[in-house]
Amino acid sequence: MRADGGTNLIRRLKDWSASAFAVVATCLVLAPLVAIFSYLVYMGLGAINWAFLTQTPKPVGEAGGGMANAMVGSGVILLLASVIGIPFGVGTGIYLAEFGRNRFGNVIRFAADVLNGVPSIVMGIAVYGLVVLRQGHFSALAGGIVLGIMMVPTVSRSTEEMLLMVPQNIREAALGLGIPQWRTTISVTLRTASSGIITGIMLAFARVAGETAPLLFTAFGNQFWSLKVNQPIAALPLQIFVYAISPFDEWHRQAWAGALVLVALIVATVAVVRLLARRGMFQGAH
Amino acid sequence: MGVGIRVSALNAWFGKTQALRNIDLEVPANHATAIIGPSGCGKSTFVRCLNRMHETVPEARVEGRVEIGGTDIYSNGKSPVEVRRRVGMVFQKANPFPTMSIYDNVAAGLKLNGLRSRRMLDEIVERSLRQAALWDEVKDLLKKKSGASLSGGQQQRLCIARALAVEPEVMLMDEPASALDPISTAKIEDLIFQLKEDYTIVIVTHNMQQAARVAEFTGFFLLGELVEFDKTQKIFTTPADKRTEDYITGRFG
Repeated sequence: MRADGGTNLIRRLKDWSASAFAVVATCLVLAPLVAIFSYLVYMGLGAINWAFLTQTPKPVGEAGGGMANAMVGSGVILLLASVIGIPFGVGTGIYLAEFGRNRFGNVIRFAADVLNGVPSIVMGIAVYGLVVLRQGHFSALAGGIVLGIMMVPTVSRSTEEMLLMVPQNIREAALGLGIPQWRTTISVTLRTASSGIITGIMLAFARVAGETAPLLFTAFGNQFWSLKVNQPIAALPLQIFVYAISPFDEWHRQAWAGALVLVALIVATVAVVRLLARRGMFQGAH
Repeated sequence: MGVGIRVSALNAWFGKTQALRNIDLEVPANHATAIIGPSGCGKSTFVRCLNRMHETVPEARVEGRVEIGGTDIYSNGKSPVEVRRRVGMVFQKANPFPTMSIYDNVAAGLKLNGLRSRRMLDEIVERSLRQAALWDEVKDLLKKKSGASLSGGQQQRLCIARALAVEPEVMLMDEPASALDPISTAKIEDLIFQLKEDYTIVIVTHNMQQAARVAEFTGFFLLGELVEFDKTQKIFTTPADKRTEDYITGRFG
């Protein structure tokens, strides 16, 4: 059978334009990312030097200094946030996927979606009222709590979706071997979904890593070295905010540098975690 | 000839729909028994009642007795988990654990129930893979490759090895070869032939030639009822029930 020449041409044209559309759409999506990142590098790279990475801020009017304390502070806050947000988020996701096909499950799902939509500054004020006022002072812990809470809805919904994608026959295979339900959930279902769940966790992590507003009334910021969970602590987004709205050119340059470092640290964390996760995949049943 | 599984007055439901009606059946020990019948007749539901997998479906329900090794698996206080360790199952679609290596797939039932000894695990994994006639094909890839990277036929033999590793008394097979090519099917059938020396095997099949090849006994199910149960040869040559005859001669419906 011979293909009709005219039809063939139209088909090729359609095929070509569909591909072209996909390519253009991809470029449009990538453009802002590339633009932001290259502008950050352009503005920030010049101000990054050894002092910036190792020193604390200098008093106003004095040149030099750095954001080392803010980098470490962000690390501390994000560690606290992860310790709080990941177990609660994954636990909720497991409940929703494996046992939550009921009204209570729907209520939780709705609550998680609402929580996801609460403006971050509102979260900050809430934790200020609940934790900071009660403690009597700002603290790294309060910052970790607010970011941790903000991670929960994203982590739980993505965990749920990933678990639901695990085929039922994988669960049946495990149950059929006489493996108890709880073991099946942890060692088979959760593990099968782990790479997707880690992606969800990383999305939530990257999102809260850049949050500034909720930290204003919780972690508060700090010009000096501090690793104390119970004391105010510096954070990169806070430091960037303060420096960016200051009237000093030197501080503006440092704000750009801080922004670049923040983005780089987030990218590095996500990359390292994914790499470790992929390596760990074949290390046997736990 | 001993009785492997004694089923009496077994009824099963999905919600309000009754899937099995009053099944009475004695499956002989250390033989292969085939369950045949048209789609939707309750074959799969029947074998899933023999290891208490039926009740994992929401709103599913079972009544009646199923005695394996002299005890009723549905008696009070019997846990489904314990029953499933004694009654292995191979499913229609091969379902290896995709994130586990070949070795871990076979060892899963033991490891996840707390066996830690490396030496014992190594031994059992090798023995099970040999029993499933897969050892020679995978012995160099045990920890390098995932269970999901094998071919369809190999995956199904991996699932058989995985079920054998926990040393069950009974092996249930729900259309184990229906998704496989003729060569893989022949391998699985050879396997059943060897396994029935040591295990009581119940195999659901759509393929009547397969039932005739591997099973000494055959039960014919229709609309949730056991129409006839007898020696395979008898079922396929001189069935007692008209409905059985219609089905096996293809004059059905």
